[in-house]
Amino acid sequence: MSFLEIKDIRKKIGNNEILKGINIGLEKGGFLVLVGPSGCGKSTLLNAIAGLLPPSSGDIVIDGQVVTDLHPSKRDIAMVFQSYALYPNMTVEENIAFALEMRGVEKAQREAEVKKVAKTLQIEHLLKRRPSQLSGGQRQRVAMGRALVRQPRVFLFDEPLSNLDAKLRVEVRAEIKALHQNTHATIVYVTHDQIEAMTLATKIVVLKEGTVQQVGTPAEIYNRPANLFVADFMGSPAMNMLKGQVSGADGQQSIALFGNDGVKVAMPPSVTAGLADGKEVILGLRPEAITDTGLLDPQVRSVARIEADVTMVEPTGSDTFVTGRLDGASFTARTRADVHVAPGEKFSFAFNLDKAVVFDPQTGSRID
Amino acid sequence: MTTIEPVPALTPEGTPQRQGRTFADGLRNALPKIVLAPSFAVILVFVYGFILWTVYLSFTTSRILPVYKWGGFDAYYRLWSQPNWYVAMQNLAIFGILYIGICIALGLFIAILMDQRIRAEGVLRPIFLYPMALSFVVTGTAWKWFLNPGLGLEHTMHNLGWTSFKFDWLVNPNMAIYTVVIAGVWQASGFVMAMFLAGLRGIDGEIVKAAQIDGASNIAIYRRIIIPLLRPIFLSAFIVLAHMAIKSYDLVIALTGGGPGNATELPSTFMYSYTFNRNQMNVGSASAVMMLMGITAIIVPYLYSELRERKQ
Amino acid sequence: MSAANETVSAGQARTARYFIYAALIVLALVYLLPLYVMLTTSLKSLDEIRGGDMLALPKDPSIAAWVKAWGEACIGVSCVGIKGYFWNSIKMVVPAVIISTLLGALNGYVLTKWRFPGHKIVFGMMLFACFIPFQAVLIPMARLLGLMGLSNSTTGLVMVHVIYGLGFTTLFFRNYYEAFPDELIKAAMIDGAGFFRIFWRILLPTSGPIIVVTIIYQFTNIWNDFLFGVSFSGGASSPMTVALNNLVSSSTGVKEYNVDMAAAIFAALPTLFVYIVAGRYFVRGLMAGAVKG
Repeated sequence: MSFLEIKDIRKKIGNNEILKGINIGLEKGGFLVLVGPSGCGKSTLLNAIAGLLPPSSGDIVIDGQVVTDLHPSKRDIAMVFQSYALYPNMTVEENIAFALEMRGVEKAQREAEVKKVAKTLQIEHLLKRRPSQLSGGQRQRVAMGRALVRQPRVFLFDEPLSNLDAKLRVEVRAEIKALHQNTHATIVYVTHDQIEAMTLATKIVVLKEGTVQQVGTPAEIYNRPANLFVADFMGSPAMNMLKGQVSGADGQQSIALFGNDGVKVAMPPSVTAGLADGKEVILGLRPEAITDTGLLDPQVRSVARIEADVTMVEPTGSDTFVTGRLDGASFTARTRADVHVAPGEKFSFAFNLDKAVVFDPQTGSRID
Repeated sequence: MTTIEPVPALTPEGTPQRQGRTFADGLRNALPKIVLAPSFAVILVFVYGFILWTVYLSFTTSRILPVYKWGGFDAYYRLWSQPNWYVAMQNLAIFGILYIGICIALGLFIAILMDQRIRAEGVLRPIFLYPMALSFVVTGTAWKWFLNPGLGLEHTMHNLGWTSFKFDWLVNPNMAIYTVVIAGVWQASGFVMAMFLAGLRGIDGEIVKAAQIDGASNIAIYRRIIIPLLRPIFLSAFIVLAHMAIKSYDLVIALTGGGPGNATELPSTFMYSYTFNRNQMNVGSASAVMMLMGITAIIVPYLYSELRERKQ
Repeated sequence: MSAANETVSAGQARTARYFIYAALIVLALVYLLPLYVMLTTSLKSLDEIRGGDMLALPKDPSIAAWVKAWGEACIGVSCVGIKGYFWNSIKMVVPAVIISTLLGALNGYVLTKWRFPGHKIVFGMMLFACFIPFQAVLIPMARLLGLMGLSNSTTGLVMVHVIYGLGFTTLFFRNYYEAFPDELIKAAMIDGAGFFRIFWRILLPTSGPIIVVTIIYQFTNIWNDFLFGVSFSGGASSPMTVALNNLVSSSTGVKEYNVDMAAAIFAALPTLFVYIVAGRYFVRGLMAGAVKG
C-alpha cells in the first residue's frame, strides 16, 4: 500500500469542476511532482492534501489513516508556500519555532530543534533577523526550515521557486534535491516548470483541466509521453509533431512524412509494430533526435537523412537549434553549437527514428 | 488516453482508519461566524430594525411620544404641505449644489497648484486640511464670530477705511444660507484637495511624458489627459460631499441655529425640531425617511459598483 | 521638454511659478484666518474686542477668558465652566473608540480570512450602515435608551457611538486585511494555530498602521459628534460639543466673545492635537472612509 494515497478526489467550485477524480499513490520517501499549466488543478489538489480546501468527494490517506476530515494541523504535514508565508512580525527563530510552540513543545527543546535545522540549512546567522531583512533565497530557506523542524510525515511544496531569480532557482533546486536524498522525506511538489519536475521528481503527475494525463518516472514521461499534451508540455523546445501515414506491412513499415510529395522513412519495428497500412499518425520526435549528421550517435540503428530548408538558427551556447521546413511542415533540430548553417540554406538533417513515438491523431494518445 | 496508476486494493488488515468530525471541529468551523454575529446582529437591529421602526412611525399618528396607531400617509401629506419643508428642500438644493461644486472646484484647483513641485508642500498641506479635524460646532462658532456683522469682518473693513463695506449675510434671511456654504467649503475643501492630490500622484508619469512628447501644452495635458483620468476621484468626492450635505446638521445649528427665522432650515434641522421641539413625531419621521431615501439613491448604486468592481 | 514648451521663455516660466506660490500663500492665509481670529479673540479683553479690530493682535494678551471658559462660564443655569463637559467627552470617547476598534478588527478578520457564503452581503449591509442619515434612527434610539434607563448617560452615548462606528471600523480593517496574504493564514493553520491565536499572534501584531488610522478616525468622529450628544444627553451629562453650542448660543447676560472663542479652542484642541501629531494617519483614515477601494 502506498504511503500517501489520493483516492478519487473531486472538487467542484460552483458549477466548475476543478478536479475530476484524481487517483495517485506515492510510496514512502518518494518525491511526487504535480505539473501542469496554470488552471490545471495542481494547487487545488495540493491544498486538498494539506486540508486547506476540503474536496467535494474522495479521500486522502496518509500512512493508512484517512485524513480527509482532519484539520490541517492534525495531518502531520508541513507546507512551503510560493510566497514563503513567513510571519512578518516574528524573527526567523520564532518563525521556525512557531509550529512547535503551538504543539506545546517546551522552550529549551524548541531552541535545540531550531538550532539543528538552522545548521542543516546554514541559516544560523539569520536567526535573530526578521523576514523583511532577508533576501529571497534566505526567505526560501527559512520557509523550508519551518517545514523541516516539524519532521512531518509529508512535505508539501507549492511552487517554492517561482519567486526566485533564474540563477538562485537552479541553486535552491539542487538544495531541495540534496535535502530529499539526505532525509528521505516524502514530498509532494507543485510546479508549472517542467524542468523542475524532471530534475526533482521520482514520480511525475501531469495534470490538465483537472484530470491526470500521465503518471510516471521523469524518464517515462519524457521518452514515452502518454499523449500529445504531455509530449508538448514536457521538454523545451517542445517535441516535434509531424503528420504522416503508415505504409507497408509487419516489420517492413515506413511512414510518409511531409505530405504526399514528402519523404518516406523506414521505421524500426519497435515503433510501428501493429500499425495498419494506411493509418494516419502523428510522429513525435524530440529536437535532440533530429540533428546534424556529425553529432549522430553511432549506436542508432534507424536513421533517416532528410534535406530541408533552414528557416531559423538559434544558438544557445551549448547547442544550436535549427528550424527546418519541408512542404509546409516545420521541425526543430538540436545540433552542435558550431554548426555552419544560415537561414535560407539547405541542410541535411539526421532523424533518429529509434527515439520516435507515434500518436493517434484522433484520440491524441500514444500508440504502442 | 489517461494513464492512471492503479491504486492498490486495500487489504483487510490495511483498511484505513477514518477519523470523523468531532464536536470540537464543528465549533471551530462555527467560531468565525460566532465572532461576527454580535456585530452583525447589532447592525441589523440598530440600523435596519430602527429604520423600519422610523418608517413605521411615519405612518402613525405619533405626536410627542411614539404611538402605534395607523395614520396612513397623513404624515407625508402634512410634511409636503409644510412651507417650512419646502424652505428646507430649497436650502438643501442651494447648499448642496454650491457646497459640492465649490469644494470640488477649489479642491481640484489647489491640488493642481500643489502638484507643481511646490517647495513648501509639507507646510501647506496641513494648513488646507486642518479644518477637517474640527467639529462642525467649532467651525460654526468660529465663522459666526468671524462674520459677525457688528464686530467681525464688516467692522474690520470699516476700520481699514472701507466704510461702505456691508456684510450682513449672517442676519440677512436671503443670504444666510450662503454663510453655511462658506463655512462648509472652508471645512471640507482641503479634504477634497487631498483626495485629488492623491489621485494626481497616482497617475502614471509615463502617460504625461508621452503627452509631452506628442507636443501637448501643460494646460492641454491637464484638460485632456489628467482631469479625465481623475474621474473616479470626482465621483468619490461627489459621494462624500453629497452625503455630508444631506446629513449636515451641527454646522447650521452652531452657525445660524436654522435662522434667521427659518432662513437656513435644512431637512436635518427640520427633522429634529419637528420631532423633539414641535411634537410632530410622525412628520419628523417622514422627513427622516425622505432623507434616508435621498442618501440611499446616491450611495447604493455607488457601493454596488464599488463592491462589484473589486471582485474582478 | 516638449516642443510647445520650448517656445515658453524662462521668464514666463518664472512668472508662472510666482503666480502659483502667490495663489497658494493667499489661499493658505484665508484657511488660517478663522483659527487666527479665534485665537487672538480669546486672548483679548471684551473692551478691546468691542473697540478694536478683529484682525489686530491682542494689545495685552491675557488667558483670563480661557480660565473663565474652563472653570466659570455659565452653560444653561450652572456656572462651572466647560471642564466637566470636557471630561464627559473623554469618558465617552475612550471606551467607544477602544470597543469599536477591537470589534472592527475582529469583523475585518472574519470577513477576509474566514469567509463564508454570504460574506459579501453581510459586509455590504455593514458598509451601508456607515452612510445612513442618523436622523433615521434617532427616534427609536431615544426611545430605547429611555427604556434601558440610559438616557442622559455617558454609557448610553458610548453604546450609540460603538454601534454606529462599527461599519467604519469594520471597513477599515477589512480593506487592510484583504491585502494580507492568505498564505500566512494557511501556514499558521498548518502550524497548529487556531482562530484566535492567528489573530493575536499573526494579524494583530502587523496591524499597527490600520489600528492608528482607525483610532484617530473614530476619536475625531466621536469627539466631534453633536447630533447624538444633543439628542441623547442633557444637562450635566452633555459632551463638549453640546456644551459649547449651549454656551455660545445662550442669550442671557453680556455676550463674552473671548470666552466663547476660548471654549471653542478647548473643544477643538484634542482633535487638532491628534491631527498635528499624526496627520498622515488622519488623512489616510479620511481617504479610507471616502474611497472604498
